[in-house]
Amino acid sequence: MSIEVLAPGLLTTVQGRGREGFRHLGVGFGGALDPDAQAIANLLVGNAVSAATLEIALAGPTLRFERATRIALCGANFDADIDGETFPGWRRADLPGGSVLRIGGCRQGARAWLAVSGGIRVADILGSASTDLRGGFGGVEGRALRAGDRLHVEPFAETVERVRIAPWWIDPLALDPDPSSSIRVLPGSDATDPADGLFANAWTIAPASDRQGLRLTGTPLALRDAREYVSEPIVPGTLQLPPGGQPIVLLADAQTHGGYPRIGHAIRADRGRLAQLRAGDAIRFAPCTPAEALAASRERAHTLARIALAVAGRIGVAPPSASA
Amino acid sequence: MRWCAMRLGEDALLLRLGDGIDADTNARVHALAARIDAARPPWLRDLVPAYASLALFVDASACDGDDPLADAEAWLHALPPDDGDPASSQGALHEVPVRYGGEHGPDLDAVAEHAGLSPRQVIELHADGEYRVAMLGFAPGFPYLLGLDPALSMPRLATPRTRVEAGSVGIGGEQAGIYPRPGPGGWRIIGRTEVVLFDPARDPPSLLAPGDRLRFVPTGKLP
Repeated sequence: MSIEVLAPGLLTTVQGRGREGFRHLGVGFGGALDPDAQAIANLLVGNAVSAATLEIALAGPTLRFERATRIALCGANFDADIDGETFPGWRRADLPGGSVLRIGGCRQGARAWLAVSGGIRVADILGSASTDLRGGFGGVEGRALRAGDRLHVEPFAETVERVRIAPWWIDPLALDPDPSSSIRVLPGSDATDPADGLFANAWTIAPASDRQGLRLTGTPLALRDAREYVSEPIVPGTLQLPPGGQPIVLLADAQTHGGYPRIGHAIRADRGRLAQLRAGDAIRFAPCTPAEALAASRERAHTLARIALAVAGRIGVAPPSASA
Repeated sequence: MRWCAMRLGEDALLLRLGDGIDADTNARVHALAARIDAARPPWLRDLVPAYASLALFVDASACDGDDPLADAEAWLHALPPDDGDPASSQGALHEVPVRYGGEHGPDLDAVAEHAGLSPRQVIELHADGEYRVAMLGFAPGFPYLLGLDPALSMPRLATPRTRVEAGSVGIGGEQAGIYPRPGPGGWRIIGRTEVVLFDPARDPPSLLAPGDRLRFVPTGKLP
């Protein structure tokens, strides 16, 4: 069965898990900017947590489903309807063949993940279905969706006569109880002067932000050590400081090496929140230790496991393995 | 001190061996990478060399302790000291055919003028050297090459081109490189190769690996 892309949205890409083991060849991790929201969307339709989904940014696509299937949309709060019936986020819906899903503007946040029963079927390239926009591979021809694209998905076993939107949902606050709290940052290899300059004031997201990184504007930072920097490995979450003193927070599509000083690393547990920031939004940072980062990561994994159990209980199946 | 280790976020260690772009430091980086790779601890997910540093990506689920990066650092300190000559850990040698000048190398004449040489002399100097793949980065398969004759060094364009062709052979300061894909670029382009540097359907996908060696071979009519 296939999904026809009637309108592509602003930047809709196929994203599955990140890529592992090719960074030495210049291939970045990629994958969903918020793997946890993606995981919940997948759980709601009965998929493995990292099955390939569509990542939708700011203005969503219009899709026609050739056959019956089950879908879920998790992440930012988008206006969405299925054949005119409002389709709220964080819940699943069954739809009959021929249904049209329209995902419009985004009321709050920036990105959401659309899971379809069985996952979007694209070839794994270097171990992942994810679209690598810089490398031009993965997903659909290594690019964002276009009108006229057809996405293949597994056939759905159940019969669906009319649109059925589940009356229950997952509360996104279960995963992130305080979405406006500070982004926690581990120390980087390069220090600023003053050392807490990053944490002293709020920062604003600049328009030139994308899946590669969020550009920030605020009171410029200075380095303690103004030597020349040579390119070194960097990772998603790294805060780079270009000469202008305005940091860049790298996201999943970050390049593998960078020559700007690295003043910190946003922790994994807070990166889903970074995925929801758009131009003009304000953020603050707070310092943290490796032990605190590990604790936050574990807490998030436990929450996700509890949600998986709750969903499995609701839909009457065995919970999927967390690593599937 | 052989290297100093620091945390690169939550799941990687950065080993810094120096802070310059020089062949000796880079050779030590590749020698250390080769020793770690030979030992291949089960928690090692990726080993990413740069000019003067090396990142080790650690799979926390394959570690027992509460602090996988501390365990990885302890493992590194227990690694037997290097007994070999860094130069002995030489990577594979690749020959890359290049068409120089004209539409293939729009900046050849500018590089020649900057160096006070004829275009032919630039080609000879460029093709005479043996280059080392210091690292792959910027884009999948893009090699940063050490070994450019200093006479050919030239600053990047003040305004990057919006598009350079795939296979474009460039000079950026004292570095040399090859663009695997068409896209924007600020390096001086002196030639182009038809060799495919990166193909995700190939195994391995990248023609070049970090630490490999490379020679440019002029082909076609020389200017």
